[in-house]
Amino acid sequence: MRLPVYIGLLNEAEATLASSFRVVADGHGDEPDVHYILQTFAKKCDAHREALKPVIDRYGEDIEGEEEHRLTANGVKEVRSGPLALMLDLQDLYVLVNHIDVTWMMVGQAAKGDRDKELQGVVEQCEGDSELEIRWLQTRMKQAAPQALLVAE
Amino acid sequence: MTDRIADIWGERTPHGSGQVWPERVDQVLAEGLADADVDRWVQSACVLCSNGCGCDIAVKDGKMVGIRGRGVDRVNRGRLGPKGLYGSWQGEEHRDRLTRPLIRVDGELVETDWDTAMGRIVERSKELLASKGPLSHGFYTSGQLFLEEYYALGILGKAGIGTPHMDGNTRLCTATAAAALKESFGADGQPGSYTDVDECSAVFLYGHNMAETQTVLWARVLDRLDGPNPPKLVCVDPRDTEVARRADVHLAVHPGTNLALMNGLVRELFANGWINEDYISEHTANVDQLRSVVEPWTPEKVAETCGVQAADVRRAAEIFGTEDRVLSTVLQGFYQSAHATASACQVNNLHLLRGMLGRPGCGLLQMNGQPTAQNNRECGADGDLPGFRNWENPRHVQELARLWNVDPGVIPHWAPPTHALQIFRYVEQGSIALLWISATNPAVSMPQLERIRHILDKDSLFLVVQDIYLTETAQYADVVLPCAAWGEKTGTFTNVDRTVHLSEKAVDPPGEARSDLDVFLDYARRMGFTDKDGQPLLDWSGPEDGFEAWKECSRGRPCDYTGLSYDKLRGGSGIQWPCTEAQPGGTERLYTDGEFPTAPEYCESFGHDLLTGATTGETEYKATVEPGKAWLKALDYTPPHEEPDADYPLRYTTGRTAYHFHTRTKTGRSRRLNAAAPEPWIEMSVEDAARVGCQEGDIARVTSRRGSLEVPVRIGDIRPGTVFAPFHYGYWDTSDGGAAAGSGTGDPAVVVKADGGRHRAANELTITEWDPVSKQPLFKNAAVRVEKLRSGDGPSKAPDTTASRRATGARR
Repeated sequence: MRLPVYIGLLNEAEATLASSFRVVADGHGDEPDVHYILQTFAKKCDAHREALKPVIDRYGEDIEGEEEHRLTANGVKEVRSGPLALMLDLQDLYVLVNHIDVTWMMVGQAAKGDRDKELQGVVEQCEGDSELEIRWLQTRMKQAAPQALLVAE
Repeated sequence: MTDRIADIWGERTPHGSGQVWPERVDQVLAEGLADADVDRWVQSACVLCSNGCGCDIAVKDGKMVGIRGRGVDRVNRGRLGPKGLYGSWQGEEHRDRLTRPLIRVDGELVETDWDTAMGRIVERSKELLASKGPLSHGFYTSGQLFLEEYYALGILGKAGIGTPHMDGNTRLCTATAAAALKESFGADGQPGSYTDVDECSAVFLYGHNMAETQTVLWARVLDRLDGPNPPKLVCVDPRDTEVARRADVHLAVHPGTNLALMNGLVRELFANGWINEDYISEHTANVDQLRSVVEPWTPEKVAETCGVQAADVRRAAEIFGTEDRVLSTVLQGFYQSAHATASACQVNNLHLLRGMLGRPGCGLLQMNGQPTAQNNRECGADGDLPGFRNWENPRHVQELARLWNVDPGVIPHWAPPTHALQIFRYVEQGSIALLWISATNPAVSMPQLERIRHILDKDSLFLVVQDIYLTETAQYADVVLPCAAWGEKTGTFTNVDRTVHLSEKAVDPPGEARSDLDVFLDYARRMGFTDKDGQPLLDWSGPEDGFEAWKECSRGRPCDYTGLSYDKLRGGSGIQWPCTEAQPGGTERLYTDGEFPTAPEYCESFGHDLLTGATTGETEYKATVEPGKAWLKALDYTPPHEEPDADYPLRYTTGRTAYHFHTRTKTGRSRRLNAAAPEPWIEMSVEDAARVGCQEGDIARVTSRRGSLEVPVRIGDIRPGTVFAPFHYGYWDTSDGGAAAGSGTGDPAVVVKADGGRHRAANELTITEWDPVSKQPLFKNAAVRVEKLRSGDGPSKAPDTTASRRATGARR
């Protein structure tokens, strides 16, 4: 059974995403909407890890061979500077969130196959959040792109 | 007529439920004049608050000399408030009026002619369009121009230049009203009518100090309260306002906790079965989600979060749940606070759950803060497309393109129009290099003023300001354009209950001042904006051409004006839109049949997530909408982002006084209004004042993370833990600041030095943060500390006639 590998991946990816949200939130304090909404998203990641705890207690978190299973690069460790900084940083977050979103989807499939109601409930809640995060990032990047790419200096 | 400074709401003319509000005609003439001296009366409506009272202007020898309410008008039935009576023409005849254009030469503003001033703007504008494109231009307008002026601005910005960076100060006052109406009902448009005051059996005011913000509307409520079978009254406000004093239930919530209260009220409706199941199933969507979001919000939990009594929450909910005809009005206490759109949507939800819309007395008024805010929303000079069109709907964009005969690609619709604070952010970053500000004063009205001053002062910015006085903002301008004021130009405007008025020109503007419309048309002409056939984009010869063009733009949309004309608006009362050939008398209430404009091809918005503002998008919307049904949208409560702590232990909120409007540009120049409230103050409770050792009139320093105020203390009946400051006061009339402005040096540095710093404007302290959906700034959510600076030499000059009155010691 390899499900614990994916649960471990998810747990780690949520931690990476939370810290990435916080790095970008802090680094772009002059964009108040970005600053506050990314903090809210980071708290959602924390909540997802809390929700995963009982599942991890049951299945364990298989971190053996984790390196070879790892899919993502490191999270965002520092923000960029310059006229494209905000867009590029948001785009990094977009990649991380989409990675998590599809991981939840696959774990959800396994939870259904395993008739694991508890895990299905966790997936349902968390998938909704990553979808929202994707939509918000798209909304914000759509707004920022023309100004950043055409006129920013 | 009583003196309306002392007796703000005037003599009572009580009326019972369902009776017509009696006439009471208020009038003021210049000193020494009698009716017989007046040459002629010119029809208009008042622009000194958002109520839109019909009035006539008295003219003698080519000058405005008086004002009189129109008894026939449905809005005011003859009444006028203190600002209309004492600050309308009186606020415009000051010697400080701008009479010639100004341009900056060697750092100083100097007088010039129109050709030179407009030439400078056009030169810079063309240069920027060539080098950086349309996104280099931003327009920031007002809630105080006329419909025709907004529509002209909307066309020149959206089809002439093609910039999405257009907004108004309506973003600060009414954006949440529009957003909440769009989220719940699919499009902007006020469901209710002022006549619902006459018909209701209960009235709820949410964050709405109506007694000071719309004094004439409050007189209407008072006449019901003092008449037979008065309505029950519920007030949500942290201050002991006149509304609170008359209320059956006063919920003095902590600023920032409105949503917790609203979720609790909605929960009580469910818990007690005070809902209309048939209406919900036939006319709404999303009830299960609403029910689950509010479920945790028991009255006890609300009480703990909001600092109110659980019994009061139950009582308020019972009134809403059991009265036959409930009227709700909502204003800045909700719109400028945390979770603004979500809280305002919960008011909509209360009405939807009970099926209380579209019937006499069952009204909903998501109020406006300014007289013509509605028109800015309609005409597309702010963050909306004209005619309540949906920027995400390509067919709506094509309709506009056809109407204007331009390529649809010119009209910015790739993202939401840029909201005001984002426009200023782009200026701060240098990507907007030309900002054109009309009839508003962001140097006093925006949040976090130190930052705003820095932005307006940027070398990379070419700033155009058109106004009637040299405001704090105009002092930063590269070009200042002197404009005509109310009574000096013709145009229409629409109040909160969709009543359209014509305001006719009574006199000529002073000196070389021109109407804002003429300025916009002149700019469009000089820029050579043309349509696809090479014809001028804006070929109007005057306001009536603009109105006729607007009628076509509004055709078939919720705000349909096609049944109106200047002639039809002359003589009688204002008329409520939609007004069409089929409904020539206008429309009193919307949604009488429970059909809402949510169909995807018709709606103004596909909606947003209330927590983040993420757009729903066309695909998701089409997959989930049940056309014609309203949305019951909900959001769980989380605490606001800036909460009191050890360093900043008090909550800070701002608001209006009855005697001033906006940044006092006019009302501060009215002798009587200025005398009634001549200087800023800070309001504290008895307990909080004692804690910092302040007595009435002592000078205190109020500090937030962004700045500080140094103003006299008024010890009042505000709820402990919260301090309040009026937002009207700026710097033009500080001891030497006014002189500096009047002398025409235009150097803001002079004002700073003269004043020893900037510590009067309430927005020195406010935070740069906005509601994720409506993008309205959170003026009513900040944390501050207060310390005593020095003893005063008497009581503060805060008005004793209203919410700012001295503490009675009576805690409620």
